[in-house]
Amino acid sequence: MGKIIVVTSGKGGVGKTTTSAAFATGLALRGHQTVVIDFDVGLRNLDLVMGCERRVVYDFVNVINGEGNLNQALIKDKRVENLFILPASQTRDKEALTVKGVARVLEALKKRFEYIICDSPAGIEHGAIIAMYFSDEALIVTNPEVSSVRDSDRIIGMLSSKTRRAVQNLTPVKEHLLITRYIQKRVNSGEMLSIQDVQEILAIPLLGVIPESPSVLKASNAGIPITLDKKSDAGLAYLDIVASFLGEEPPPREKKGFLTRFFGN
Amino acid sequence: MTIFNYFRTLRPQKTAAVAKERLQIIVAHERRLRNSPTLEYLPQLQQEILEVVRKYVIIQNEHIKVHIEKEGQYEILELNITLPDTEKGQINIQKSSSDVT
Ligand SMILES: Nc1ncnc2c1ncn2[C@@H]1O[C@H](COP(=O)(O)OP(=O)(O)OP(=O)(O)O)[C@@H](O)[C@H]1O
Ligand SMILES: [Mg+2]
Repeated sequence: MGKIIVVTSGKGGVGKTTTSAAFATGLALRGHQTVVIDFDVGLRNLDLVMGCERRVVYDFVNVINGEGNLNQALIKDKRVENLFILPASQTRDKEALTVKGVARVLEALKKRFEYIICDSPAGIEHGAIIAMYFSDEALIVTNPEVSSVRDSDRIIGMLSSKTRRAVQNLTPVKEHLLITRYIQKRVNSGEMLSIQDVQEILAIPLLGVIPESPSVLKASNAGIPITLDKKSDAGLAYLDIVASFLGEEPPPREKKGFLTRFFGN
Repeated sequence: MTIFNYFRTLRPQKTAAVAKERLQIIVAHERRLRNSPTLEYLPQLQQEILEVVRKYVIIQNEHIKVHIEKEGQYEILELNITLPDTEKGQINIQKSSSDVT
């Protein structure tokens, strides 16, 4: 049975979609059957970041409403084996994702995939709640910046009260902190919160850190998940995160390791 | 305090340190609000107590302070009402409330 992982943050524009695309691609590259779902109803963007926007025929809401079946809606990635995308609907009806409907689709996906990555919309309303509701684990994407950290804390509160696991008194959702858009130079000069600062405030286990990198914008311009750019420091950092998520050693490479990349040689 | 922190306090405080301090305070405050069902009815409780006290003395909103503290399994609700023009000026009503699980 597949594992459901929500990528969430509260605050908008911190890198959820970038992370969802990169993380799902990284898992598939490691040989795992993976699907990434866009929960951002009305603001479909994962398709663009994944470079499959012209192949969208049916979407998540169509499947829920029975206007198309799951196989018709799932888009198979052309570059990576085992990777599928389920696009969001462009409907304006934010309530289109019903608990029952989403449960049904996720149940079907769990039989077929090992990992189901849910790209949450920003905010703390219905869209964000439904995206996290069925999750087993959560990646909390946080920028080293006051409003993002505060919103992440609110999301952590919601994970422990508003999810199925919380409501049904099951084992809580497993939380992973992911700090993105990190700039070591600014941390060194005392003008950006450090990894330790953010972790101390949020007090959840750190999965990894993604540096601010111009390669992210370039990759999204081209519709390539950043983990496919072997020259990108951010892409490599995402691959490290996938490895540590899977409990593996980081992939061997000549590039600088995790620690030296952030703390210098 | 580590040596590192000690030297840091000698220099003017950096903005990241200010950010961290502010975040720690607001996040702790918001967590308390989230985790305590008592705090949801607190503002109304405060208002109603104020109305009762006003039957006997004239006091302003700022003369009543409500404070919640957690002690093990219990939450302590502390009320401080400042009465104007009395010798002592202040009475304390302490009341421990509801088991928290
Ligand atoms: N590590 C990074 N380095 C540089 N730019 C980044 C990085 N991560 C994300 N970005 C940029 O930040 C912007 C927002 O990213 P993204 O769309 O992934 O955020 P989001 O959290 O999904 O936003 P929304 O809340 O609107 O859904 C994009 O322009 C993206 O290219
Ligand atoms: Mg997004």
